[in-house]
Amino acid sequence: MERLFKVFNISFFIFISFGVLASNDTNHHEDSNSEESSEMYDPVPDVMHHISDAHDWHFFTFRETHFTIPLPVILFTDNNLDVFMSSDFHHGHNNVTKGDRVYSIDEHGHISEASGLSILNFSITKNVASMLLAVLILFLILRKVAKSYRKNNGVPRGIQAFIEPLILFVRDDVAKPNIGTKYKKYLPYLLTLFFFILINNLLGLLPGAANVTGNIALTMVLSVFTLIITNVSGSKMYWSHIFNPLGNSMGWSAKIPLYIILLPIEIVGIFLKPIALMIRLFANMTAGHIIILSLLSLIFMAQSGLGTGGAFGVAPVSVAFVLFMYLIELLVAFLQAYIFTLLTSLFIGLAVVEDH
Amino acid sequence: MNPLDLVTPGIGLIFWTSIVFLLLVLILKKYAWKPILDAVDKRSKSIEDAINAADEAKSSLAQLNEERAKIKKESLADRDALLKDAAETKNQIIAEAKTKAKEETDKILASAREVIKTEKLAAITELKNQVAVLSLEIAEKIVKDQLSSDDKQKALVDSMIKDVNLN
Repeated sequence: MERLFKVFNISFFIFISFGVLASNDTNHHEDSNSEESSEMYDPVPDVMHHISDAHDWHFFTFRETHFTIPLPVILFTDNNLDVFMSSDFHHGHNNVTKGDRVYSIDEHGHISEASGLSILNFSITKNVASMLLAVLILFLILRKVAKSYRKNNGVPRGIQAFIEPLILFVRDDVAKPNIGTKYKKYLPYLLTLFFFILINNLLGLLPGAANVTGNIALTMVLSVFTLIITNVSGSKMYWSHIFNPLGNSMGWSAKIPLYIILLPIEIVGIFLKPIALMIRLFANMTAGHIIILSLLSLIFMAQSGLGTGGAFGVAPVSVAFVLFMYLIELLVAFLQAYIFTLLTSLFIGLAVVEDH
Repeated sequence: MNPLDLVTPGIGLIFWTSIVFLLLVLILKKYAWKPILDAVDKRSKSIEDAINAADEAKSSLAQLNEERAKIKKESLADRDALLKDAAETKNQIIAEAKTKAKEETDKILASAREVIKTEKLAAITELKNQVAVLSLEIAEKIVKDQLSSDDKQKALVDSMIKDVNLN
């Protein structure tokens, strides 16, 4: 099983790296293209803008008016904490001066300091704001569910009837079979993980919403939690499997040459498992967003290439495909939350196992 | 925009996600998972208890039915035995009564016969006595009559003498 995962992880990694390289290539290609024929609509900047984080929550622009929610910018520069609203930039037209530090923002939302000081950016960005909103919604829903057990004699009603099967699913079909008898200790983490990913996935599907679970920073944090929990709860069996995988099957004279190769693989394996988790969630959610945005961009590409008639011709097809993709993304939102939780409990299960 | 920015984690989001997620785990553990899972466990336990109680009630009912059937069977057997006893007693009593009655009748009959016999004897004796008295009275009357006159006395003496002579 472990070997299988390793192969899977490595192949996934290779796949992703190729993907990044490929997208790099096409980007250069398109850049040179757009210089040649500047009238053709280029969807890449808009798509990238939509799936990236931002310092303000932009909904749409109507007749040169930006409909945005300004968000707090929190910068830690040269031991100074500078806090101001993102609207102070006036969409990149203004610089913000705090003390002797002058901040400017480029069209990609990247903040830099005039004298080149390095900035630690702790801003409440669009993703952070969206995550906070998601967490608030999640808390309110679950609090309501928890309270509703006090009435109805525990018979699930309303939202409770929707949430309870999910909770029981995580408990009975994810945690119990993979972790075994010690599952109770890890249940709060697994349940929180599942619902946190799920609600962020679902909120990310709303128009104008942020791509929170498609951000590598968030998936990295979740994976690091899984890494820590897995290894902190690692049993003697788990560690002996990593540092002495061959056991007593042969003498040390034979094992030492083998371990020169095996040990690095085993140690890399510890980190590859959460890295695969991180990339899987990030890539799935980002890819879904990119596909939907690309399909919608087809309408604008048709408009720029074929005129308004072309746009009207492409629009129904494009919308039909987007609708189809939305349904798939709805499934993926649940599926990815499930897979992340499942694999986390599988890793914990492998770590806490006591004997064969 | 450099696409590699997409796979470069930002320090801000790492920071906020770590804090928010850790707090979320702790808060939900206290305010959501514990009460919900406790309630679900409690409910499943109460359902299990109810099922067990129903099973118990069912089995005790079956036992009760069995006992009832047993008691019924026993009482039927008792009744049969009692009826049989009663019939036997009845027959015995009747037989005894018959025997006794017969004995009594025989006794009465025997004593009646005795009485009749005695009475008969007494009557016969009385009759004999009466006949003897009557005979004597008749004989007296006849004698009186025959000797009522001298002629007749003479005739009688004559006849007697005649008889004696003959002898």
